[in-house]
Amino acid sequence: MTRFLLRRILIEMPLSLLVIFTLTFFLIRLAPGGPFSAEKSVSPQVLHELKRHYGLDKPLPVQYVGYLGSLVRGDLGPSFKYPGRKVTELIAESFPVSFELGCYALIFALLFGCTAGMIAAAKNGTRFDFLLMSFSMAGICIPSFVLGPLLVLVFGVLLGWLPVAGWSSPADRVLPSITLGLVYVAYIARMMRGSMLEVLVQDYIRTARAKGLSEGRILIRHALRGAVVPVVSFLGPAAAGLITGSFVVETIFSIPGLGRFFVTAAFNRDYTLIMGTVVFYAVIIMVFNMLVDILLAVLDPRVRSMGGGVRGG
Amino acid sequence: MGVSVADKRLIGTPAGDSLWKSGMRRFVRNRPAVGGCWFLAVMVLLSVLAPLIAPYAYDAQDLATGASFSGMRHLLGTDILGRDLLTRILYGGRVSFAVGVCATLVSVGIGVGWGIVAGWAGGRTDAVMMRFVDILYAFPFTIFVIILMVFFDRSLLLLFLAIGAVEWLTMARIVRGQVLSLRHKEFIEAAVGLGLSRKRIMTRHILPNVAGPVIIYATLTIPSVMLLEAFLSFLGLGVQPPASSWGILIREGAESMEEYPWLLIYPGVLLTATLFSLNFIGDGLRDAFDPRSARE
Repeated sequence: MTRFLLRRILIEMPLSLLVIFTLTFFLIRLAPGGPFSAEKSVSPQVLHELKRHYGLDKPLPVQYVGYLGSLVRGDLGPSFKYPGRKVTELIAESFPVSFELGCYALIFALLFGCTAGMIAAAKNGTRFDFLLMSFSMAGICIPSFVLGPLLVLVFGVLLGWLPVAGWSSPADRVLPSITLGLVYVAYIARMMRGSMLEVLVQDYIRTARAKGLSEGRILIRHALRGAVVPVVSFLGPAAAGLITGSFVVETIFSIPGLGRFFVTAAFNRDYTLIMGTVVFYAVIIMVFNMLVDILLAVLDPRVRSMGGGVRGG
Repeated sequence: MGVSVADKRLIGTPAGDSLWKSGMRRFVRNRPAVGGCWFLAVMVLLSVLAPLIAPYAYDAQDLATGASFSGMRHLLGTDILGRDLLTRILYGGRVSFAVGVCATLVSVGIGVGWGIVAGWAGGRTDAVMMRFVDILYAFPFTIFVIILMVFFDRSLLLLFLAIGAVEWLTMARIVRGQVLSLRHKEFIEAAVGLGLSRKRIMTRHILPNVAGPVIIYATLTIPSVMLLEAFLSFLGLGVQPPASSWGILIREGAESMEEYPWLLIYPGVLLTATLFSLNFIGDGLRDAFDPRSARE
């Protein structure tokens, strides 16, 4: 396990990062226009100076190597659109907000998704099961950018129970977390139901029943550990989805997080801020995937002996 | 019925025929899937015929009317600029379905190509190619679409390509798995032994055999592609106004929902219902034709 982790941290993660970094770098640079092309009033000479200041006048390969070098040193460079600010500072300011939102959404999804899936599996074939699964299908099909405004309309405007936008009081957290997390409640519920049904017909569950344990105890103490494995491996892709989802949710609820920052940075063609955000997101996802793999190994000891055979995603 | 099935087995009916028939029978019995087909057929037909049946031009403004609720003149009402909502929904549907189909075709093209090459080549080539897929898998690839849409002009063609370039990963994995298992089957060995060219083996022997899973997965790709288009248009990165798209309509509706909630609700409900139908159809096809789930 240790060797597997070391290999992952020292070889695979840097390699993946390099691929993503290179793709993004050349994708951005090959595009027409640049960070200063929107400012039409700038004279050619000033533009030249600006480019020289940020090193944009050098040949592309030189820029690439230079930027890669500073990245290795943990420096993501200065932002082009926020003069005097470093990209690392901007990320450090806005990421905690997104992280908090993502955590709430994930906790919400796990709590409700697992519970709903377990109940549906326990009541397999009943009307209750059908109802829960219909709800989860609806949860998958309603896009967050439809759900968010609708929730605002009902709970914010019509009923007036919850604030419609912002990120200061605890009540501000409720609607965005639900909007971001609901799809995952639905996915996890379906997944949990499926794997629970598979586990419930196994011999060791029959043994537990034969011992006379209560149904609730069997579900939670015996079946859950086996059934939760697919849900845990789903957490990797879910984290990637939460990041994408945060773009929309942060826009709808005017939350000052990294997601909204990224969209603005893309609109502004703020090269370094885009690169920085992409690299940062990639690191987050990789670390998260690694944690998921460790968690899987803890849940299922058989995984550990397989060494490098386990792959996230 | 039971007798004839047994007879057929004795006579040796071509397996493809009966598999297809029993699959269709299962599919037709799946009520949500059939309902989805009907709804989808109506929506697609209305959208395709939009230029003929739409009561107004999609960008015709009527500022004197402004936003209005459903009425005789405007079946679904009008938006803030007095544009007929029904017309804009129909034209928006054209964009959504066009993106859904074209981007899915792009993703099928890339995914099938990638998967076949990786699966057939095997060895180190396969390992490198699939590792690349793994890397991209773990990454919120939507970021790339956003970058693409911002940095190059926001044309419909680019939208097809960009979304297609995101959605091919699972397809590549499925196809590679299929090809890997097909590669060692006798009929492929026979084809190789007969000295057929690699191109001919690929197109005539491998492709037809991966077609089933590809079609099923492609059906499930369409709703996620349409969702991504609406998502991009919602962020202002997709189709550009005054052109219409369901994502744009939902965005515009969300901006004015406190006064005119129907501007959000109509397009939102339609998009959701369409995604519902497509998912039901995809699930239905998978249940009906995936041999693993084909037990009765």
